[in-house]
Amino acid sequence: MSRSDVLVDADWAESHIGDPGVVIVEVDEDTSAYDKGHIPTAIKIDWKKDLQDPVRRDFVDKTGFEALLSERGISNEDTVLLYGGNNNWFAAYAYWYFKLYGHDKVLLLDGGRKKWELDSRELTTDVPERSRTSYTATEQNASLRALRDEVVAAIGKRNLVDVRSPDEFTGRLLAPAHLPQEQAQRAGHIPTARNVPWSKAANEDGTFRADDELSSLYADDAGLDFSRDTIAYCRIGERSAHTWFVLHELLGLPNVKNYDGSWTEYGSLVGVPIELGEAR
Amino acid sequence: MSGDGCGAPAGGVSVTAVAGTLGDQAVVEGHVTREGAPVSTGYARLLGSGDEFVAEVPLGDDGGFRFFAAPGSWTLRVLAPKGLRAEQSVQADNGQVTKVEVAL
Repeated sequence: MSRSDVLVDADWAESHIGDPGVVIVEVDEDTSAYDKGHIPTAIKIDWKKDLQDPVRRDFVDKTGFEALLSERGISNEDTVLLYGGNNNWFAAYAYWYFKLYGHDKVLLLDGGRKKWELDSRELTTDVPERSRTSYTATEQNASLRALRDEVVAAIGKRNLVDVRSPDEFTGRLLAPAHLPQEQAQRAGHIPTARNVPWSKAANEDGTFRADDELSSLYADDAGLDFSRDTIAYCRIGERSAHTWFVLHELLGLPNVKNYDGSWTEYGSLVGVPIELGEAR
Repeated sequence: MSGDGCGAPAGGVSVTAVAGTLGDQAVVEGHVTREGAPVSTGYARLLGSGDEFVAEVPLGDDGGFRFFAAPGSWTLRVLAPKGLRAEQSVQADNGQVTKVEVAL
């Protein structure tokens, strides 16, 4: 798989607006961004309301994902082009999520909403109408998702990549600096994890850095052993989906999982080891 | 603002008083304007030493932004369409709201 199989630029997106085989989807936590203006023909998915179980802390199940995509008018044959705010955090999360349920024809827009806006490209408030489909998902692909017991067992054995900011990694903050500080019971990081903030993989305009720069970032700067399996985590799993995309989709590492429970789960578990301060 | 999301607050941030709930948080907030009018399309980035990225928010309808930083010295950088940008140093302190007004 090459970069162009998974990542497209804004010119590609513009040239495929209205293409009947391409569904453009904006994915955000802040869906009011979509309501104020979105890429023409784009529909929206709310990463929380649409993709999370409303009661348990988990994803919507296979049936729920099928119902969502059918209702939004996405078919199994469609190519889904995802983009969003926050440097594509939630779009990358949705990309991972679509892959988890077996939708392989999925692309990410390089730079997401930010680059589109900074380029002053067209945005519209028109909401498209799409005909209902009958979407069929696969069972979750367990090779892409790490759960807590697997993470604890991976300490010292696999690459653990903590993609939060250095202040969150060392335990000085519990959340990113644009949010109130709350959530996990304890601060710090999983022992043996390397800290490679997601932002190091992105340019200022939100696009991904070149493959050779990314490879050097993880292998040379952070000392990741590419022959080992890898688990990425952050606070709730969306920034680490961005890094999962880099490692698995752009660099082609075979065994990379996203731990979506991430620090809000791990930092509240009883009895697990936690490290504070710089990586050891 | 949602409790468990990492994303942007709905509609960007509307900068209103947060006093009384600060605790030991160090808040950096302000507005971005151009020729006196709010800049509502653009991004505010908070950077640490060596240009280390810390956080980014889209500007609100009123050009507003807010960060809950650790105490210390930071660089605030603003990006807007047509290549407009600005940068300035800010100091964040526990229990304080540091106000920053940026003109592009």
